[in-house]
Amino acid sequence: MSSLALLSLVILVPWAGAALLACLPRLAPRAQKALALLFSLSTLVLSLVAMSSFERAAGGYQFVETHAWIPSLNIHYHLGLDGMSLLLVLLTGLLSPACLLAARTKAENPRLFFVLFLLLQGAALGVFLALDFFHWFIFWELSLVPAYFLIKLWGGPGAARAAYQFVIYTIGGSAFLLLGFVALYAATGTFDFVELAAMGADGSLASKLAALGGYWPQAVFLGVFLGFAVKVPVYPFHTWLPSAYAEAPTGVSMFLTGVMSKMGVYGFLRLLWPLFPTALHDAALPIIWLALAGIVLGAYAAMRQTDLKRMVAYSSVNHVSYCILALIAVSAATGRPADAASSAALGGALLQMFNHGLSAGALFFCVGILESRSGGLRGLDDFGGVRTAAPVFAGLCGFALFSSLGLPGLNGFVGEFMIFRGVWGLAPWAAAVACLGLFATALFLLTFWQRVFHGPRAGAALGAFKDLSAREIAVLAPMAALMLVLGLFPGLITWIFNPLVRSWADHLTLP
Amino acid sequence: MSLLPWTIYLTLAGAALSLAAGRRSARAARWVALATTSAAWALTLFAAAGFVPSPGLQTIVDVPWIASMGVHYHLAADGISLTLLVLTGLASTAAVLFSWNIESDAGEFFALFLTLVAGVFGVFLSADALLFFVFYEIAIVPKYFLIARWGSTNREYGAMKLALYSFAGSAMVLAGLLWVYAAGGSPGFAFGELAQAASGLPHSSQIALFALVFFGFATLAGIFPLHTWAPTGHVAAPTGASMLLAGVVMKLGAYGCLRVALPLSPVGFAFWQGPIAWLAVIGIIYAGLVALTQQDLKFVVGYSSVSHMGFVLLGIAVGTAQAVSGAVLQMFSHGVIAGLLFAVVGRMVYDRTHTRMLEDLRAKPMYRLLPFAATVFVVAGIASMGLPGFSGFPAELTILVGTWKASHLWALLAAVGALISAAFTLRAIQLAFFGTPSPAAAPAGSNEAPPFPPITPAEVAGAALLIGATVLIGLKPDLLLDWINPALHSPLLQAAFKGGTP
Repeated sequence: MSSLALLSLVILVPWAGAALLACLPRLAPRAQKALALLFSLSTLVLSLVAMSSFERAAGGYQFVETHAWIPSLNIHYHLGLDGMSLLLVLLTGLLSPACLLAARTKAENPRLFFVLFLLLQGAALGVFLALDFFHWFIFWELSLVPAYFLIKLWGGPGAARAAYQFVIYTIGGSAFLLLGFVALYAATGTFDFVELAAMGADGSLASKLAALGGYWPQAVFLGVFLGFAVKVPVYPFHTWLPSAYAEAPTGVSMFLTGVMSKMGVYGFLRLLWPLFPTALHDAALPIIWLALAGIVLGAYAAMRQTDLKRMVAYSSVNHVSYCILALIAVSAATGRPADAASSAALGGALLQMFNHGLSAGALFFCVGILESRSGGLRGLDDFGGVRTAAPVFAGLCGFALFSSLGLPGLNGFVGEFMIFRGVWGLAPWAAAVACLGLFATALFLLTFWQRVFHGPRAGAALGAFKDLSAREIAVLAPMAALMLVLGLFPGLITWIFNPLVRSWADHLTLP
Repeated sequence: MSLLPWTIYLTLAGAALSLAAGRRSARAARWVALATTSAAWALTLFAAAGFVPSPGLQTIVDVPWIASMGVHYHLAADGISLTLLVLTGLASTAAVLFSWNIESDAGEFFALFLTLVAGVFGVFLSADALLFFVFYEIAIVPKYFLIARWGSTNREYGAMKLALYSFAGSAMVLAGLLWVYAAGGSPGFAFGELAQAASGLPHSSQIALFALVFFGFATLAGIFPLHTWAPTGHVAAPTGASMLLAGVVMKLGAYGCLRVALPLSPVGFAFWQGPIAWLAVIGIIYAGLVALTQQDLKFVVGYSSVSHMGFVLLGIAVGTAQAVSGAVLQMFSHGVIAGLLFAVVGRMVYDRTHTRMLEDLRAKPMYRLLPFAATVFVVAGIASMGLPGFSGFPAELTILVGTWKASHLWALLAAVGALISAAFTLRAIQLAFFGTPSPAAAPAGSNEAPPFPPITPAEVAGAALLIGATVLIGLKPDLLLDWINPALHSPLLQAAFKGGTP
């Protein structure tokens, strides 16, 4: 435990970078990019520092910072880091520099792009670290603003509409989320996540909410649920996602799917579940069906896409739904003695968040490469035989595809295996239905692999299709290496959250 | 504290001086106006620094004025008035900065402008209902001339409509006050005396007179369905005046509701509480929906003011210390944000492009032509949506928490209103500043001079002041809440909150 305000630094350094860049309009574009990259890398460095002094065995929050902020409203500046936060901060640290590198340097007004991106990065980190609703919500909402402009100003032809839809959907969810927390605050007088979770665990929160009478306790739960469900997104609130992901520029799509979709899953695990254990338990069956719909229908929708970017976008719906399925299966079975199944499911959900961030990020980058080589084409039928034209690219993209597919030996397999192992023990029927999605996932990813990379050279690959540049290798190679290493030695990452998962699983008795 | 009355005298003197200076040059009048408003603002801040919060008004001056009627020249302040005094100083200083380009009859413009500000200062300092009313009228008259002479679209109509509504409202207020004074046999017009007199009246009279006074004031606060003057008047007004009208003058109405109407008859308040809250909620949603369909950017901002003032009225209607503290915070917040929005639309955009129609703006790459205006509008829009980090968030949050405890349904509907506000703000941002430019638009990085005059230092300074204020209060609402909360524990307001049941 250092006395340094490490977590504040994690959040503020990217923002400081944004401010610095905003004040240096005359800097050469290359220097701007280098500076942005440097500030973006700070997250990785600081998260490694945090990892090195992270107490392995502890399940609670570490590096906690608390200061009184608005005493008259009982609001504190409260930051803390547990295994889940550390995992996601690490993911953000790994992914953000890659996203920046992936962004095209020749884009219009690169400085504004970097400023907005660093703002977005800091806001996302704030969401993972803040433990008081007041400033957590600042980060949660403010992350939308740079995301909106990044999509709108640098996106494809339909970007204006997609960005508007994205923001209105998310703010719509957030309005209900806010109202839910207003009700919680009115009932308890605190916005502190730790205090609220403690009240949720001993049942006093539920009894305080029950005093509202009528259907209002359920409405409060529903409000908070909606806020997160839109962000994840859970079926049927996902309709903003394909167009937003498809229209966003490559680096931003990578960040949206890699980091921002995790904000919703994080909300489920950090807030919805601890605060409303009983309500979630009661609502588990319908939510399991929604998660299954996301898994199965998301995969089938991806299979039907001819636009590669939309295909990867739908596959994201499919992959994050696994996380929700695992959590809800555990919640549905709450009340039974803790067993290996629930810890497997919860650990799998966390690992899946990390893995999906890597593989979906890499996939969006690969589609971006195809797009830039072909002058904007990204249809399934626009390519053929790319493998012979660009063998290095094909190899690295293969890592991402097969990790996403869940091939044993790569990281995606471990997470999905743990989820299936857990869900099988808790709700076997749900695992059986989810297998349908697994099947479709394999089908569309293999189609991608086969149509684009194999066969005779065709379409855009006919001309001078250059292999990866050094910059592109610098983005993809580390990601592919991580996929392989974590697939073979998942213990390298699971130690971060294992104690946390154990403590979750130990407290799975309903009040 | 004892310096606060000087804000009134100083601005009045400034009005005379700028009229004189205006004969010499517009430049001189401007500087006089800027010096006056910033000095008044400095006075309020100085007074705030030495302010010790306490329940109830702290008397500053109290001398008999019209002895035969028991009218006193009684100036006093508490945390609520102080908040609004600081807002008035800030908003008027910024409004002068955004009126820097007034060339025609600048002396008269700033003389009227400063008279209006003096009236506003007077209202916020009055502790005698009749004196309150006098200052209230002083504030109304200059508005008409400011709009009719220096306004834009449809200015005579807008000015007349605004003046008529204002006078009708104030006539209702006056009728109510005189009724209490005469029928209740009040010795004077101090708020406490009037409340005492009103409590002796029959129940039905109390209900009627509360309605007169409250809705009289609420007209100026833009309560649905008496709000229609607001968008028309604000759109017609010149930029500095619309900033002041939406930013400060609408607060006069809400302040009158809180300071005069509520204590006057707690019984009447208890009766009208539900209807007022419903009207406020309807206003929030209705004005938001109307804003969503506007084609004129300034009308979007005008209707957004009505929608946001709905939150103030809702907080007042709920009538708990928490909700009302949120309402006062929202008054401050909206004063700053509305000022900023009108400044961008009226001064930065309209004065340069000579159009406010979204269709026309959409065809220009505005964010490239006027990047500063776009940035300020985006920040103001985000603040106006109630996004956290800006002053609107703690204000609306406090109102929502307070409302939720009174009625879940009102809180739910108000939250929907906040969502609509996000939708129309985003629409305005998108259409006005980030429209699809025509393919012929200049490529980025080209060195050709922008077709519009550059942003002036006065505009930058004004925008920086207002943005700084909204961020400061957004991150540290305690600065104001520490003043406001004790003031809500005054016996008069507590009696009102309890609805006449001790």
